[in-house]
Amino acid sequence: MELEIRILRYNIETGNKSRWDIFQVEALPDDRILDVLQEIKSHKDGSLAFRKSCAHGVCGSDAMIINGKNELACQVLVKEVSNPIKIEPIRGLPVVKDLIVDMNDFFESYKKVLPYLISEESTGDRERLQSPQELERIEDTTKCILCAACTTSCPVFWTSDSFIGPASLVNAHRFIFDSRDQGSKQRLEILKDVNGAFRCRTAFNCTSACPRGISVTKAIEEIKKEIVLNS
Amino acid sequence: MKVIKHTFDGVIIGAGGAGLRAAIEAGPHMNLAVISKLYPTRSHTGAAQGGMSAALANVEEDNWNWHAFDTVKGSDYLADQPAVDILCKEAIDSVVELEHWGLPFSRLDSGKIAQRRFGGHTVREGEAPAFRACYAADRTGHMILQTLYQKCVSMGVTFFDEFQVLDIKIDEGICQGVVAYEISTGDIHIFESRAVMFATGGFGKMYKVSSNAHSLTGDGPGMLFQKGLPLEDMEFYQFHPTGIYKLGILLSEAARGEGGILRNKNGERFMERYAPSIKDLAPRDMVSRAIATEIREGNGAGPKNDYVLLDLTHLGEEVIMEKLPDITDFVRTYVKIEPITDPIPVQPTAHYAMGGIPTNVNGEVFTDEKGSVLEGVYAAGEAACVSVHGANRLGTNSLLDIVVFGRRAGKSMVDYVSRTSRIQISENSAEDVVNKITALLEKEHNEEYSVAKIRESMQESMNSNAQIFRTEESLSKQTKILEDLRNRSKKVTVSDKGKVFNTELIDAIELENLLDMAEATVASALERKESRGAHTREDYPERDDVNFLKHSFATKDGSGKIKVKYKNVELGKYTPMERKY
Repeated sequence: MELEIRILRYNIETGNKSRWDIFQVEALPDDRILDVLQEIKSHKDGSLAFRKSCAHGVCGSDAMIINGKNELACQVLVKEVSNPIKIEPIRGLPVVKDLIVDMNDFFESYKKVLPYLISEESTGDRERLQSPQELERIEDTTKCILCAACTTSCPVFWTSDSFIGPASLVNAHRFIFDSRDQGSKQRLEILKDVNGAFRCRTAFNCTSACPRGISVTKAIEEIKKEIVLNS
Repeated sequence: MKVIKHTFDGVIIGAGGAGLRAAIEAGPHMNLAVISKLYPTRSHTGAAQGGMSAALANVEEDNWNWHAFDTVKGSDYLADQPAVDILCKEAIDSVVELEHWGLPFSRLDSGKIAQRRFGGHTVREGEAPAFRACYAADRTGHMILQTLYQKCVSMGVTFFDEFQVLDIKIDEGICQGVVAYEISTGDIHIFESRAVMFATGGFGKMYKVSSNAHSLTGDGPGMLFQKGLPLEDMEFYQFHPTGIYKLGILLSEAARGEGGILRNKNGERFMERYAPSIKDLAPRDMVSRAIATEIREGNGAGPKNDYVLLDLTHLGEEVIMEKLPDITDFVRTYVKIEPITDPIPVQPTAHYAMGGIPTNVNGEVFTDEKGSVLEGVYAAGEAACVSVHGANRLGTNSLLDIVVFGRRAGKSMVDYVSRTSRIQISENSAEDVVNKITALLEKEHNEEYSVAKIRESMQESMNSNAQIFRTEESLSKQTKILEDLRNRSKKVTVSDKGKVFNTELIDAIELENLLDMAEATVASALERKESRGAHTREDYPERDDVNFLKHSFATKDGSGKIKVKYKNVELGKYTPMERKY
């Protein structure tokens, strides 16, 4: 099938205003948007810049806006979207080149929630026990691949980039509710902040943007509740 | 071009499982940097699905000796047995350690880590399939990568994300550091460092149909091979039996571990004919060969008879959704099939390099087949060849390999740094890299010599001529094709002349590494006139222990000619015998 791909182009190096480039591409209905971008890069315009790695939705490299929606380019098949297809970089992080944004602030914000197991418990030479039910409590939020699709779909984040954002909250949730972790108090203290969990206005954009199907808004609500219960 | 200099005691290239595990070991003892061309959490360890084996005996009686037996037999007796012993023995502590760092393993009702069956893993040396693979649903690799990264964050490890290492500096046999290209700016960075570790992963992108990420281009092995250093056992490349038809996306062996069955177009469970005792849970080389044979004989399913079916329908929704949620998602997303009710079209997909940079069990890199060690240089993970996988790796043993030998390589770096003093990297160390990049940027673009065209020809021809079945004829043909592609690649041009995220330039550099991998694979395969593990020579269908119970060591001279030498396998308590399952 013949596709018309419209891509928002920009390059910080030249600093020129961003522009829409249009490419006519021959594709199969089952091709991924990432395949189409690769086809353009390979045979039409080698300078097109986008991140890619695993190409099947587990590494989180290729979050972008496809026809107005935050998606991973490797998870969307061309037959599922209407033609012409509009592709833009995710919103709220500085664009560096074409579909590539600067992710540094995103990862810095992730690090703020102490995203690692905190435990003083002596562990011995065997595994700690955790029941399947205890694991279930956190299983959903352990799936996060840090692609930023949720954070950059959040209307609060767009207007205030000091908001810690859904992705960081998901990763905080993963530890706060882990039966083995003892660092919740510290994390909840951090998330109480004006730029923490309560800035969320439950728009649910994050939940529909998550390529891993994580119930992001629910996780944030659980954190809010935990903060209230602990204060 | 801007050149920036840094000084560290140790540098780790690659931030997947092996690199991060080494960083955790070495970080507290030295001034350490981890350099990765991706953000660490994008590394391909995250795509591993099914599990990581260790004889925890949480479900049934087990011990690491049985694990070692299976690994050696699975390797078609090419693995070095002392190294396998280390792998299987240290597996237990490695899994426990990951749990202590927070890895959310799936659990038994008792609260212990759950374990599942996997191909080639048995109890009592082949008696029955073993419950040995520790797992986190079917996203075990994701959880390992996240946990190791989280641990690194907690320790404050220094990362250089989206930096491509282009050169290693070795002077009179001693490592001085590396030179890297900062992808977001185009600046050159010199990392003066007396210890350097390669943890750059595999190189499945030399094939067209592969489970591998775009980033798996053999950058570490390529860098050393270009310096005249050897690559070991490159002819042994694993094809995973169950890649999604055409796409090659991995569907974990855990699907069969949980009871999934492979069927041909007649609905026949054909593995009963190839491996009567463990059937669908035979090692990957055998299952892939069986699938390829079924397809050749006209038993493949579909309009072109070119795939087989992975049938999970009898497992029931609950098991599928609880144990195999991610692969179920992949099938729904990419082939629009519902695995709960319909069988899935699959075909073998290029998956894992058993070969790579030769190392000893401490991650030290060999400079020749005699076992001489390159001072200050280390490797671990898929980029390396210890060898614990021999001619065919068992499922789950790669996640094990990265943590066991990642840790050991990290430890070796600590030892080395503590017993040596600072070195000075040569003044002009960035010169080669600067010249190379300048030349690529200055050369006028010619579509005839675009990166993509050469890469596509390489991938397609490797798929046709150096796949599961090989012959003298197919390999000689491929040698010629690669020669031609190499000549074309010398003239490669890029259209992007910018500094910021010039990913076309990176593609050109990766292509060079991939061509090296392909050439070493084909040259080593041509020389190995026997069939063993993943290497099937139709013109030499038998295993030949008299002449080939040996590791190959391929090197390239200045003119580009590849020479293959051999090193004896280190045997142990298991004497090579016929491999039946």
